[in-house]
Amino acid sequence: MLEGFWLDVKLFMIVEVLVLIFGLVIAIVRTSKVPALFPIRLLAALYCDFFRGVPVILMIYLIGFGIPALEISGLPTDPVILAGFALTLVYSSYVAEVYRAGIASIHPSQTDAGLATGLTRIQTLRYVVVPQAIRRVRPPLLNDFISLQKDVALVSVLGIAEAFRIAQIETLSTFNYTPLLAAALLYLAVTVPMARILDHITSREQINS
Amino acid sequence: MSTAPRAGKAVIEITGVTKSFGDRRVLDGIDLTLKEHEAIALIGASGSGKSTLLRCIDLLVEIDDGDIFLDGEVITDPSVNPVAIRRRLGFVFQSFNLFPHMSVIDNVTLGSRRAHGVGRDEARERGRELLERFGLGGREDDKPDQLSGGQQQRVALCRALSGQPRALLLDEVTSALDPELVGDVLDAVRDLKQDGMTMLLATHEMSFAREVADEIAFLHEGRIIEQGDPQKILSEPEKPETQKFLRRLLAAGRI
Repeated sequence: MLEGFWLDVKLFMIVEVLVLIFGLVIAIVRTSKVPALFPIRLLAALYCDFFRGVPVILMIYLIGFGIPALEISGLPTDPVILAGFALTLVYSSYVAEVYRAGIASIHPSQTDAGLATGLTRIQTLRYVVVPQAIRRVRPPLLNDFISLQKDVALVSVLGIAEAFRIAQIETLSTFNYTPLLAAALLYLAVTVPMARILDHITSREQINS
Repeated sequence: MSTAPRAGKAVIEITGVTKSFGDRRVLDGIDLTLKEHEAIALIGASGSGKSTLLRCIDLLVEIDDGDIFLDGEVITDPSVNPVAIRRRLGFVFQSFNLFPHMSVIDNVTLGSRRAHGVGRDEARERGRELLERFGLGGREDDKPDQLSGGQQQRVALCRALSGQPRALLLDEVTSALDPELVGDVLDAVRDLKQDGMTMLLATHEMSFAREVADEIAFLHEGRIIEQGDPQKILSEPEKPETQKFLRRLLAAGRI
Protein backbone atom coordinates (compact mmCIF):
# COMPACT_ATOMS: atom_id res chain seq x y z
CA MET A 1 0.00 0.00 0.00
CA LEU A 2 2.91 2.32 0.72
CA GLU A 3 4.01 1.91 -2.87
CA GLY A 4 0.52 2.81 -3.99
CA PHE A 5 0.58 5.87 -1.78
CA TRP A 6 3.96 6.87 -3.18
CA LEU A 7 2.26 6.94 -6.59
CA ASP A 8 -0.40 9.28 -5.11
CA VAL A 9 2.31 11.56 -3.77
CA LYS A 10 4.20 11.66 -7.07
CA LEU A 11 1.00 12.30 -8.97
CA PHE A 12 -0.13 15.23 -6.87
CA MET A 13 3.33 16.77 -6.76
CA ILE A 14 3.57 16.79 -10.56
CA VAL A 15 -0.03 17.86 -11.06
CA GLU A 16 0.32 20.65 -8.48
CA VAL A 17 3.31 22.16 -10.28
CA LEU A 18 1.48 22.05 -13.62
CA VAL A 19 -1.67 23.50 -12.02
CA LEU A 20 0.22 26.42 -10.47
CA ILE A 21 1.67 27.29 -13.88
CA PHE A 22 -1.43 26.80 -16.07
CA GLY A 23 -3.69 28.40 -13.49
CA LEU A 24 -1.54 31.53 -13.47
CA VAL A 25 -1.41 31.73 -17.27
CA ILE A 26 -5.20 31.44 -17.47
CA ALA A 27 -5.69 34.03 -14.72
CA ILE A 28 -3.37 36.50 -16.47
CA VAL A 29 -5.22 36.03 -19.75
CA ARG A 30 -8.56 36.52 -18.02
CA THR A 31 -7.48 39.70 -16.24
CA SER A 32 -5.72 41.25 -19.25
CA LYS A 33 -7.46 44.20 -20.84
CA VAL A 34 -5.82 44.12 -24.26
CA PRO A 35 -8.62 44.15 -26.87
CA ALA A 36 -6.66 41.82 -29.19
CA LEU A 37 -6.74 39.10 -26.54
CA PHE A 38 -10.54 39.07 -26.43
CA PRO A 39 -10.96 35.67 -28.17
CA ILE A 40 -8.41 34.01 -25.87
CA ARG A 41 -10.04 35.72 -22.90
CA LEU A 42 -13.40 34.29 -23.89
CA LEU A 43 -11.85 30.85 -24.33
CA ALA A 44 -10.24 31.05 -20.89
CA ALA A 45 -13.57 32.04 -19.34
CA LEU A 46 -15.34 29.12 -21.03
CA TYR A 47 -12.56 26.81 -19.89
CA CYS A 48 -13.00 27.86 -16.26
CA ASP A 49 -16.78 27.59 -16.40
CA PHE A 50 -16.62 24.12 -17.93
CA PHE A 51 -13.99 22.47 -15.76
CA ARG A 52 -15.24 24.01 -12.53
CA GLY A 53 -18.72 22.79 -13.32
CA VAL A 54 -17.98 19.12 -14.04
CA PRO A 55 -17.34 16.60 -11.21
CA VAL A 56 -13.68 15.63 -10.96
CA ILE A 57 -14.50 11.91 -11.04
CA LEU A 58 -16.45 12.36 -14.27
CA MET A 59 -13.55 14.18 -15.93
CA ILE A 60 -11.14 11.42 -14.90
CA TYR A 61 -13.50 8.82 -16.39
CA LEU A 62 -14.05 10.82 -19.53
CA ILE A 63 -10.37 11.42 -20.23
CA GLY A 64 -9.05 8.15 -18.82
CA PHE A 65 -11.35 6.00 -20.91
CA GLY A 66 -12.34 8.46 -23.64
CA ILE A 67 -8.94 9.34 -25.04
CA PRO A 68 -7.73 5.72 -25.49
CA ALA A 69 -11.13 4.93 -27.04
CA LEU A 70 -10.47 7.49 -29.77
CA GLU A 71 -7.61 5.26 -30.93
CA ILE A 72 -5.65 8.17 -32.29
CA SER A 73 -1.99 7.21 -32.52
CA GLY A 74 0.39 9.48 -30.65
CA LEU A 75 -2.00 10.22 -27.81
CA PRO A 76 -0.94 8.75 -24.46
CA THR A 77 -2.82 5.69 -23.23
CA ASP A 78 -1.08 5.27 -19.87
CA PRO A 79 -3.90 5.73 -17.32
CA VAL A 80 -1.61 7.49 -14.85
CA ILE A 81 -0.70 10.15 -17.41
CA LEU A 82 -4.32 10.54 -18.49
CA ALA A 83 -5.47 10.78 -14.88
CA GLY A 84 -2.82 13.41 -14.21
CA PHE A 85 -3.97 15.29 -17.29
CA ALA A 86 -7.61 15.24 -16.10
CA LEU A 87 -6.66 16.47 -12.63
CA THR A 88 -4.50 19.20 -14.14
CA LEU A 89 -7.33 20.42 -16.35
CA VAL A 90 -9.83 20.54 -13.48
CA TYR A 91 -7.58 21.98 -10.81
CA SER A 92 -6.11 24.59 -13.16
CA SER A 93 -9.59 26.05 -13.46
CA TYR A 94 -10.00 26.25 -9.67
CA VAL A 95 -6.58 27.73 -9.15
CA ALA A 96 -7.00 30.18 -12.04
CA GLU A 97 -10.00 31.65 -10.23
CA VAL A 98 -8.00 31.97 -7.02
CA TYR A 99 -5.18 33.77 -8.84
CA ARG A 100 -7.69 35.94 -10.65
CA ALA A 101 -9.19 37.11 -7.37
CA GLY A 102 -5.68 37.89 -6.14
CA ILE A 103 -4.74 39.88 -9.23
CA ALA A 104 -8.04 41.79 -9.10
CA SER A 105 -7.34 42.71 -5.47
CA ILE A 106 -4.16 44.60 -6.34
CA HIS A 107 -5.01 48.29 -6.68
CA PRO A 108 -4.60 49.72 -10.21
CA SER A 109 -2.29 52.39 -8.79
CA GLN A 110 0.35 49.66 -8.49
CA THR A 111 0.12 49.06 -12.23
CA ASP A 112 0.39 52.81 -12.80
CA ALA A 113 3.50 52.91 -10.64
CA GLY A 114 5.04 50.00 -12.52
CA LEU A 115 4.37 51.61 -15.89
CA ALA A 116 5.54 55.02 -14.70
CA THR A 117 8.78 53.37 -13.56
CA GLY A 118 9.32 52.42 -17.21
CA LEU A 119 8.31 48.77 -17.08
CA THR A 120 6.33 47.13 -19.87
CA ARG A 121 2.89 45.73 -19.07
CA ILE A 122 4.30 42.21 -18.84
CA GLN A 123 7.16 43.33 -16.58
CA THR A 124 4.64 45.16 -14.40
CA LEU A 125 2.71 41.92 -14.00
CA ARG A 126 5.87 39.93 -13.40
CA TYR A 127 7.56 42.17 -10.84
CA VAL A 128 4.73 44.21 -9.32
CA VAL A 129 1.25 42.70 -9.59
CA VAL A 130 1.67 38.91 -9.58
CA PRO A 131 4.10 38.67 -6.62
CA GLN A 132 1.70 40.70 -4.48
CA ALA A 133 -1.32 38.75 -5.75
CA ILE A 134 0.27 35.38 -4.94
CA ARG A 135 1.16 36.54 -1.45
CA ARG A 136 -2.45 37.50 -0.90
CA VAL A 137 -3.95 34.20 -2.13
CA ARG A 138 -1.52 31.79 -0.51
CA PRO A 139 -4.15 30.45 1.96
CA PRO A 140 -6.78 29.59 -0.70
CA LEU A 141 -4.03 28.17 -2.95
CA LEU A 142 -2.88 25.84 -0.19
CA ASN A 143 -6.50 24.90 0.41
CA ASP A 144 -6.79 23.75 -3.19
CA PHE A 145 -3.50 21.93 -2.78
CA ILE A 146 -4.95 19.94 0.13
CA SER A 147 -8.07 19.13 -1.91
CA LEU A 148 -5.87 17.87 -4.70
CA GLN A 149 -3.91 15.65 -2.32
CA LYS A 150 -7.16 13.87 -1.49
CA ASP A 151 -8.65 13.93 -4.97
CA VAL A 152 -5.74 11.95 -6.43
CA ALA A 153 -7.52 8.92 -4.86
CA LEU A 154 -10.19 9.39 -7.53
CA VAL A 155 -7.79 8.13 -10.19
CA SER A 156 -8.47 4.66 -8.74
CA VAL A 157 -11.55 4.59 -10.99
CA LEU A 158 -9.14 3.97 -13.88
CA GLY A 159 -7.83 0.87 -12.08
CA ILE A 160 -4.57 2.56 -11.11
CA ALA A 161 -2.98 0.81 -8.15
CA GLU A 162 -2.75 3.76 -5.81
CA ALA A 163 -3.29 3.61 -2.04
CA PHE A 164 -7.09 3.73 -1.96
CA ARG A 165 -7.44 1.18 -4.75
CA ILE A 166 -5.07 -1.25 -3.07
CA ALA A 167 -6.86 -0.83 0.26
CA GLN A 168 -10.19 -1.41 -1.48
CA ILE A 169 -9.00 -4.62 -3.10
CA GLU A 170 -7.62 -5.95 0.16
CA THR A 171 -10.83 -5.07 1.98
CA LEU A 172 -12.94 -6.85 -0.61
CA SER A 173 -10.85 -10.02 -0.44
CA THR A 174 -10.60 -10.20 3.37
CA PHE A 175 -13.80 -8.44 4.50
CA ASN A 176 -11.55 -6.55 6.89
CA TYR A 177 -11.73 -2.74 6.81
CA THR A 178 -8.32 -2.11 8.39
CA PRO A 179 -6.60 -1.46 5.03
CA LEU A 180 -9.04 1.37 4.30
CA LEU A 181 -8.27 2.88 7.70
CA ALA A 182 -4.58 2.54 6.98
CA ALA A 183 -5.07 4.34 3.68
CA ALA A 184 -7.00 7.09 5.47
CA LEU A 185 -4.08 7.52 7.89
CA LEU A 186 -1.66 7.82 4.99
CA TYR A 187 -3.69 10.66 3.48
CA LEU A 188 -3.96 12.34 6.87
CA ALA A 189 -0.21 12.09 7.29
CA VAL A 190 0.25 14.56 4.44
CA THR A 191 -2.91 16.69 4.62
CA VAL A 192 -2.75 17.49 8.33
CA PRO A 193 0.79 18.95 8.26
CA MET A 194 -0.25 20.90 5.17
CA ALA A 195 -3.28 22.28 7.02
CA ARG A 196 -1.03 23.33 9.93
CA ILE A 197 1.31 25.12 7.53
CA LEU A 198 -1.71 26.86 6.05
CA ASP A 199 -2.90 27.98 9.50
CA HIS A 200 0.55 29.23 10.31
CA ILE A 201 0.79 31.30 7.13
CA THR A 202 -2.72 32.68 7.53
CA SER A 203 -2.16 33.79 11.12
CA ARG A 204 1.19 35.35 10.25
CA GLU A 205 -0.43 37.24 7.40
CA GLN A 206 -3.13 38.55 9.73
CA ILE A 207 -0.52 39.83 12.16
CA ASN A 208 1.30 41.60 9.35
CA SER A 209 -1.71 43.32 7.87
CA MET B 1 16.79 80.70 -7.32
CA SER B 2 19.49 82.79 -8.95
CA THR B 3 22.02 79.93 -9.03
CA ALA B 4 19.67 77.51 -10.79
CA PRO B 5 20.26 77.03 -14.52
CA ARG B 6 18.18 79.28 -16.76
CA ALA B 7 15.22 77.95 -18.69
CA GLY B 8 16.17 76.66 -22.14
CA LYS B 9 14.40 74.96 -25.02
CA ALA B 10 11.00 73.30 -24.75
CA VAL B 11 10.98 69.86 -23.13
CA ILE B 12 7.24 69.26 -22.93
CA GLU B 13 4.79 70.97 -25.23
CA ILE B 14 1.06 70.50 -24.94
CA THR B 15 -1.28 71.78 -27.64
CA GLY B 16 -5.07 71.65 -27.60
CA VAL B 17 -5.30 68.60 -25.37
CA THR B 18 -8.79 67.43 -24.45
CA LYS B 19 -9.92 64.48 -22.37
CA SER B 20 -13.35 63.37 -21.26
CA PHE B 21 -14.35 60.65 -18.83
CA GLY B 22 -17.81 59.71 -20.04
CA ASP B 23 -19.77 62.96 -20.33
CA ARG B 24 -17.41 64.87 -18.10
CA ARG B 25 -14.84 66.97 -19.91
CA VAL B 26 -11.79 66.93 -17.64
CA LEU B 27 -9.35 68.67 -19.98
CA ASP B 28 -10.79 71.21 -22.34
CA GLY B 29 -8.09 72.44 -24.69
CA ILE B 30 -4.86 72.68 -22.72
CA ASP B 31 -1.86 74.54 -24.16
CA LEU B 32 1.31 74.57 -22.10
CA THR B 33 5.05 74.64 -22.70
CA LEU B 34 7.57 73.48 -20.13
CA LYS B 35 11.14 74.51 -20.91
CA GLU B 36 14.37 72.90 -19.81
CA HIS B 37 15.29 73.65 -16.15
CA GLU B 38 11.90 75.25 -15.67
CA ALA B 39 9.36 74.41 -12.97
CA ILE B 40 5.70 75.10 -13.59
CA ALA B 41 3.17 74.69 -10.78
CA LEU B 42 -0.34 73.67 -11.71
CA ILE B 43 -2.85 74.99 -9.22
CA GLY B 44 -6.61 74.75 -9.09
CA ALA B 45 -9.45 73.15 -7.19
CA SER B 46 -9.79 69.40 -6.87
CA GLY B 47 -11.21 68.06 -10.11
CA SER B 48 -9.86 70.94 -12.19
CA GLY B 49 -7.79 68.48 -14.24
CA LYS B 50 -4.29 68.86 -12.76
CA SER B 51 -3.74 65.16 -12.08
CA THR B 52 -5.32 64.07 -15.34
CA LEU B 53 -3.02 66.40 -17.28
CA LEU B 54 0.07 64.92 -15.61
CA ARG B 55 -1.21 61.39 -16.21
CA CYS B 56 -1.83 62.20 -19.88
CA ILE B 57 1.76 63.41 -20.27
CA ASP B 58 3.10 60.15 -18.81
CA LEU B 59 0.73 58.28 -21.17
CA LEU B 60 -1.06 56.63 -18.26
CA VAL B 61 -4.27 58.12 -19.66
CA GLU B 62 -5.00 58.39 -23.36
CA ILE B 63 -5.97 61.85 -24.57
CA ASP B 64 -8.98 62.42 -26.84
CA ASP B 65 -7.59 65.22 -28.95
CA GLY B 66 -4.57 67.50 -29.33
CA ASP B 67 -0.86 66.68 -29.16
CA ILE B 68 1.83 66.32 -26.55
CA PHE B 69 5.50 66.64 -27.52
CA LEU B 70 8.60 65.54 -25.64
CA ASP B 71 11.77 67.20 -26.90
CA GLY B 72 9.99 68.16 -30.08
CA GLU B 73 8.75 64.66 -30.84
CA VAL B 74 5.05 63.88 -30.71
CA ILE B 75 4.32 61.24 -28.06
CA THR B 76 0.55 60.98 -28.26
CA ASP B 77 0.49 59.34 -31.67
CA PRO B 78 -0.75 55.72 -31.62
CA SER B 79 2.44 54.60 -33.37
CA VAL B 80 4.60 55.75 -30.45
CA ASN B 81 5.60 53.10 -27.92
CA PRO B 82 4.43 54.51 -24.57
CA VAL B 83 7.00 52.45 -22.64
CA ALA B 84 9.90 54.23 -24.33
CA ILE B 85 8.36 57.62 -23.50
CA ARG B 86 7.68 56.77 -19.85
CA ARG B 87 11.32 55.74 -19.48
CA ARG B 88 12.28 59.35 -20.27
CA LEU B 89 9.94 60.82 -17.67
CA GLY B 90 9.67 60.51 -13.91
CA PHE B 91 6.35 60.46 -12.10
CA VAL B 92 5.65 60.85 -8.39
CA PHE B 93 2.17 59.98 -7.15
CA GLN B 94 0.11 61.65 -4.47
CA SER B 95 -0.14 58.43 -2.43
CA PHE B 96 3.45 57.28 -3.15
CA ASN B 97 2.40 53.93 -4.71
CA LEU B 98 5.60 52.25 -3.59
CA PHE B 99 5.84 48.51 -4.21
CA PRO B 100 4.99 47.18 -0.73
CA HIS B 101 6.53 43.74 -1.27
CA MET B 102 9.97 45.13 -2.11
CA SER B 103 12.67 46.70 0.00
CA VAL B 104 13.41 50.40 -0.35
CA ILE B 105 16.46 49.79 -2.52
CA ASP B 106 14.56 47.38 -4.79
CA ASN B 107 11.84 49.99 -5.22
CA VAL B 108 14.46 52.47 -6.36
CA THR B 109 16.42 50.09 -8.60
CA LEU B 110 13.57 48.15 -10.26
CA GLY B 111 13.26 50.70 -13.06
CA SER B 112 16.95 51.10 -13.75
CA ARG B 113 17.51 47.35 -13.76
CA ARG B 114 14.45 46.17 -15.70
CA ALA B 115 13.61 49.20 -17.83
CA HIS B 116 17.04 50.70 -18.42
CA GLY B 117 19.13 47.53 -18.37
CA VAL B 118 21.57 48.74 -15.73
CA GLY B 119 23.49 45.95 -13.98
CA ARG B 120 22.55 44.99 -10.43
CA ASP B 121 25.60 46.42 -8.68
CA GLU B 122 25.63 49.67 -10.58
CA ALA B 123 21.88 50.13 -10.07
CA ARG B 124 22.26 49.54 -6.32
CA GLU B 125 25.20 51.90 -6.11
CA ARG B 126 23.24 54.66 -7.85
CA GLY B 127 20.15 53.86 -5.80
CA ARG B 128 22.13 54.17 -2.58
CA GLU B 129 23.53 57.52 -3.68
CA LEU B 130 20.02 58.80 -4.40
CA LEU B 131 18.69 57.58 -1.05
CA GLU B 132 21.67 59.11 0.72
CA ARG B 133 21.07 62.42 -1.01
CA PHE B 134 17.47 62.55 0.21
CA GLY B 135 18.26 61.61 3.78
CA LEU B 136 17.40 57.93 3.54
CA GLY B 137 20.86 56.44 3.96
CA GLY B 138 20.73 53.19 5.93
CA ARG B 139 17.07 52.51 5.10
CA GLU B 140 17.86 50.44 1.97
CA ASP B 141 16.64 47.14 3.36
CA ASP B 142 13.50 48.42 5.08
CA LYS B 143 10.09 47.71 3.64
CA PRO B 144 8.01 50.77 2.68
CA ASP B 145 5.57 50.22 5.56
CA GLN B 146 8.41 50.66 8.03
CA LEU B 147 8.86 54.26 6.87
CA SER B 148 6.93 57.44 7.61
CA GLY B 149 4.83 58.99 4.85
CA GLY B 150 7.44 61.66 4.22
CA GLN B 151 10.17 59.06 3.92
CA GLN B 152 8.03 56.93 1.61
CA GLN B 153 7.42 59.90 -0.64
CA ARG B 154 11.15 60.60 -0.79
CA VAL B 155 11.73 56.95 -1.77
CA ALA B 156 9.14 57.46 -4.51
CA LEU B 157 11.07 60.54 -5.61
CA CYS B 158 14.29 58.49 -5.75
CA ARG B 159 12.46 55.83 -7.76
CA ALA B 160 11.31 58.47 -10.25
CA LEU B 161 14.84 59.89 -10.48
CA SER B 162 16.56 56.53 -10.90
CA GLY B 163 15.87 56.51 -14.64
CA GLN B 164 17.55 59.93 -15.00
CA PRO B 165 14.38 61.48 -16.39
CA ARG B 166 14.23 64.40 -18.77
CA ALA B 167 11.44 65.92 -16.70
CA LEU B 168 9.70 65.14 -13.44
CA LEU B 169 5.92 65.08 -13.07
CA LEU B 170 4.83 65.58 -9.46
CA ASP B 171 1.21 64.92 -8.63
CA GLU B 172 0.35 66.66 -5.35
CA VAL B 173 3.24 64.95 -3.67
CA THR B 174 2.50 66.37 -0.23
CA SER B 175 -1.29 66.06 -0.13
CA ALA B 176 -1.30 62.65 1.54
CA LEU B 177 1.22 63.64 4.21
CA ASP B 178 0.78 64.74 7.80
CA PRO B 179 1.56 68.47 8.02
CA GLU B 180 4.78 67.94 9.97
CA LEU B 181 6.15 65.66 7.23
CA VAL B 182 5.46 68.00 4.32
CA GLY B 183 8.65 70.00 4.87
CA ASP B 184 11.05 67.12 4.13
CA VAL B 185 9.45 66.39 0.79
CA LEU B 186 9.31 70.05 -0.20
CA ASP B 187 13.00 70.39 0.71
CA ALA B 188 13.75 67.51 -1.64
CA VAL B 189 11.84 69.14 -4.49
CA ARG B 190 13.51 72.48 -3.79
CA ASP B 191 16.86 70.72 -3.96
CA LEU B 192 15.98 69.25 -7.36
CA LYS B 193 14.90 72.62 -8.69
CA GLN B 194 18.19 74.07 -7.54
CA ASP B 195 19.85 71.31 -9.50
CA GLY B 196 18.07 72.35 -12.67
CA MET B 197 15.51 69.56 -12.89
CA THR B 198 12.67 70.28 -15.29
CA MET B 199 9.41 69.89 -13.39
CA LEU B 200 5.69 70.09 -13.76
CA LEU B 201 4.01 69.93 -10.40
CA ALA B 202 0.40 69.89 -9.36
CA THR B 203 0.19 71.35 -5.89
CA HIS B 204 -2.01 72.79 -3.16
CA GLU B 205 0.96 74.40 -1.41
CA MET B 206 0.75 77.98 -2.63
CA SER B 207 3.72 79.33 -0.70
CA PHE B 208 5.81 76.48 -2.08
CA ALA B 209 4.57 77.12 -5.62
CA ARG B 210 5.50 80.76 -5.23
CA GLU B 211 8.98 79.89 -4.05
CA VAL B 212 9.94 77.03 -6.36
CA ALA B 213 7.98 77.55 -9.55
CA ASP B 214 9.06 79.84 -12.35
CA GLU B 215 5.46 80.04 -13.43
CA ILE B 216 2.06 79.18 -12.06
CA ALA B 217 -0.76 77.91 -14.26
CA PHE B 218 -4.25 78.10 -12.81
CA LEU B 219 -6.58 75.37 -14.02
CA HIS B 220 -10.32 75.80 -13.90
CA GLU B 221 -12.73 73.24 -15.33
CA GLY B 222 -10.10 71.70 -17.56
CA ARG B 223 -8.69 74.93 -18.93
CA ILE B 224 -5.66 77.03 -18.04
CA ILE B 225 -7.30 80.37 -17.54
CA GLU B 226 -4.40 82.27 -16.08
CA GLN B 227 -0.68 81.68 -16.26
CA GLY B 228 2.45 83.62 -15.42
CA ASP B 229 4.77 84.86 -12.73
CA PRO B 230 3.90 83.22 -9.36
CA GLN B 231 4.15 86.45 -7.42
CA LYS B 232 1.74 88.17 -9.76
CA ILE B 233 -0.79 85.34 -10.01
CA LEU B 234 -0.94 84.83 -6.27
CA SER B 235 -1.07 88.48 -5.22
CA GLU B 236 -2.89 90.19 -8.11
CA PRO B 237 -4.83 87.54 -10.02
CA GLU B 238 -6.70 88.95 -13.00
CA LYS B 239 -9.44 86.40 -13.59
CA PRO B 240 -12.41 86.26 -11.21
CA GLU B 241 -12.11 82.46 -11.00
CA THR B 242 -8.51 82.72 -9.79
CA GLN B 243 -9.48 85.42 -7.30
CA LYS B 244 -12.27 83.26 -5.96
CA PHE B 245 -10.02 80.19 -5.68
CA LEU B 246 -7.33 82.09 -3.82
CA ARG B 247 -9.88 83.79 -1.54
CA ARG B 248 -11.16 80.36 -0.55
CA LEU B 249 -7.67 79.10 0.20
CA LEU B 250 -6.99 82.24 2.22
CA ALA B 251 -10.19 81.75 4.20
CA ALA B 252 -9.18 78.16 4.89
CA GLY B 253 -5.79 79.36 6.12
CA ARG B 254 -3.98 77.49 3.37
CA ILE B 255 -1.89 80.39 2.10
